Amino acid sequence: MTTSETDERSTKDPAKKNSDRDTTREELDLWISGTEEPDEVELWDISSTDEGAQEMREDEGALRLKEQRGVVVEDDYTFDEELPDDERMIVNMGPQHPSTHGVLRLQIELEGEMIRRTKPIIGYLHTGMEKTGEGLTFMQGPTNVTRMDYLAPLHNELAFSLAVERLLGVEVPPRGQAIRILMTELNRIASHLVAMATNGMDIGALSIFTYGFREREQILAFFEKVTGLRLNHNYIRPGGVAAELPPGWRADVATICETIPARLADYDNMLKENPIWTGRTRGIGVITPEECLAYSITGPTLRSAGVAWDIRKAFPYSGIEKYEFEVPVGERGDVYDRYRVRIEEMLESVKIVQQVAEAMPKGDYRTDDRKVTPPPRQRIDESMEALIHHFKIFTEGFRVPPGETYVAIESPRGELGCYLVSDGEGKPYRMHTRAPSFYNLQGLPTMMADSLMADTVATIASLDPVMGDVDR
Amino acid sequence: MTDDARRQTPDDNAPDTNAPNTNAIEDAVAEEEVRLLPANPILSALIEPFENAVWSTSHGQDVVTLPREELRLFGTAAREAGFEVLADVTAVDWLDRHDLRFDVVVNLLSMQHVLRLRVIVGAPGDEPSVPSLVPVWPGANFPEREIYDLFGIEFSDHPDLTRILMPDDWEGYPLRKDFEVGAVPVQFKASHKVT
Amino acid sequence: MARRSNPSNLMMTTVDKAARWAQSRSMFPATFGLACCAIEMMATGAPHNDLSRFGMEVFRASPRQADLMIVAGRVSQKMAPVLRQIYDQMGEPKWVISMGACASTGGMFNNYALVQGVDQVVPVDIYVPGCPPGPQSLMHGILTLHANIMAGTA
Repeated sequence: MTTSETDERSTKDPAKKNSDRDTTREELDLWISGTEEPDEVELWDISSTDEGAQEMREDEGALRLKEQRGVVVEDDYTFDEELPDDERMIVNMGPQHPSTHGVLRLQIELEGEMIRRTKPIIGYLHTGMEKTGEGLTFMQGPTNVTRMDYLAPLHNELAFSLAVERLLGVEVPPRGQAIRILMTELNRIASHLVAMATNGMDIGALSIFTYGFREREQILAFFEKVTGLRLNHNYIRPGGVAAELPPGWRADVATICETIPARLADYDNMLKENPIWTGRTRGIGVITPEECLAYSITGPTLRSAGVAWDIRKAFPYSGIEKYEFEVPVGERGDVYDRYRVRIEEMLESVKIVQQVAEAMPKGDYRTDDRKVTPPPRQRIDESMEALIHHFKIFTEGFRVPPGETYVAIESPRGELGCYLVSDGEGKPYRMHTRAPSFYNLQGLPTMMADSLMADTVATIASLDPVMGDVDR
Repeated sequence: MTDDARRQTPDDNAPDTNAPNTNAIEDAVAEEEVRLLPANPILSALIEPFENAVWSTSHGQDVVTLPREELRLFGTAAREAGFEVLADVTAVDWLDRHDLRFDVVVNLLSMQHVLRLRVIVGAPGDEPSVPSLVPVWPGANFPEREIYDLFGIEFSDHPDLTRILMPDDWEGYPLRKDFEVGAVPVQFKASHKVT
Repeated sequence: MARRSNPSNLMMTTVDKAARWAQSRSMFPATFGLACCAIEMMATGAPHNDLSRFGMEVFRASPRQADLMIVAGRVSQKMAPVLRQIYDQMGEPKWVISMGACASTGGMFNNYALVQGVDQVVPVDIYVPGCPPGPQSLMHGILTLHANIMAGTA
């Protein structure tokens, strides 16, 4: 595609866009790698990886917290007057990079090995999920939303479902709520295992990667038994959950709850006092509580800085107030504290899962309201009404009364919120997700300022951004 | 149902989402009705000085509607009243509303008081512009850029108002209601508009 | 189907077969994990489903040192030039596996933001369906690619 065609592509006229695409698809039909390229197809211009105004500009600051608040900062850089301009270098990291946790692009201004300014450039995974969500019914909504934060898909579904249920005024029965907590807390463990695995791998402890993913396989196998999928489950839907827990689930959950704390103790022994690990993580990527609150950073990062805020305790959802658990809080807000907060959170989640498994109430796993949840399959043969409900739910979708609401839950990355506006139709009028990684990423320049280039990777890994959440 | 509003409200579950525009606010003030204020003292102390602010509830959550010029003043007052965290800034495009087409929705969170508050301001359809909240909460930087990118609403005094999610040379504002989804026709679907 | 250009186009000599055996048995994938499929790709490299039995556990960060690009995830409009640039930097012979529904056809996101199928940007050898494809599906795709290389058709 020529550069002129790239401009045409970005206009609002989809008909023109589609016709361009159709012809080039024919030409590219038999294009196998290694052969010569057809003459009609022109390559992307290499310089088009330039992001123009979104990149870091050489002459401006204004990325510092104080400057953004309007405070005039004197003596910003220690050697400002002494170093000439060409001593500073802007280095580009990403978007394809082994350690940026997805497609994050960072532009870092370096003075030797010291980082002075950083600017994250995002948008490389923008999928238009909020626009797609306006075209999907409320029952199809979780399939879309679940792919935003792909390491904690059940949390996305839960936030969306809670928002829809609030607009509908529907109550989920206690068993449905308990199943939701069971699945989301297991998902929290799985997500923190990936965070631990990639954190270790990026710092150089390659074996932690293998251990983290090995434990995760147990949890993913359980998810596959319950929901049918290892990732992106579409299990938590408005009204309850999609299906009942399979027989034998207690044994699986018990196995998980036994093995994970034991193995975590092993990894902790390996890493907690390890001088290499502490040397690379203590005092690195420090963020203060004031900076966290100013940048709306939530989740383990906020808790590692010393602020004991957890939405599961402050605004409890889905019956989680019935279970006893603690909220681990760090002290210094560095990479080491974030690692420890995540390990402790995993152990607390195991406690919650054990309590849920013991006290699982009997009953229905989804609400009785047949206009919202589909009837059981056997009923469809017996009752005409059930057939009609089933048909209406899966074709048109149920209608949600007009309204707007904002629901937030605690995902492994922080406050995951869903702002939902309905105008009375079967599809959301506006569905917006408050993505925790999007806001957490704003703290990255502060964490990396005046630190060494080699600590960048550890800092990003400890922040645990998920680019699907950031870009949606 | 877990609620984060712990007060008695006169009109609970009143889904007043089509935010009243400034005409309705002026009518209410002109008729000198008793102004509805929340029972929570922190909230009522915050809202009371702002005469053009209208408080309502939406499914148990407090919502304040303001004219857009007062947004930064209200934000500063809210921050001093204890709302240290800006939870979310987003926008809604009401295509059929002719006077103020866009709603910019700000969700605030107070950790010390464990309260949430929603502030909605309206912006007109042509050349929409709203004061930026970055001088009050620096965490509004990215979300305001996202709203500018996807809706075209400009935020005055924003330090770096550029596109953030779409490529820099993209034309159009994708989340507006008059921007097509851009679906490619798929071979076996009956209709062109594919979901 | 076009044949890969080989030093000896005339017949399958032992040297040719040996070259193809070496190519398929020690492929270095380039890290191009984008979204959810990247997590499954990492899980395929993880101990439970082990890619290193096929000589592929070393994911090279630099495209110059890689010969397989597994496009794992959805490719947005902003990412497409980057994808092309990485592909161009890889040295011949190189192969592309399009992993998952979003990379193959745009997946469930048929909208303005995604390139509907990564084969509009780079030529693809194997398409692996799934959302996301499990590690076993990805390994099946990789082994099919190995078989195709051994047969001389990839």
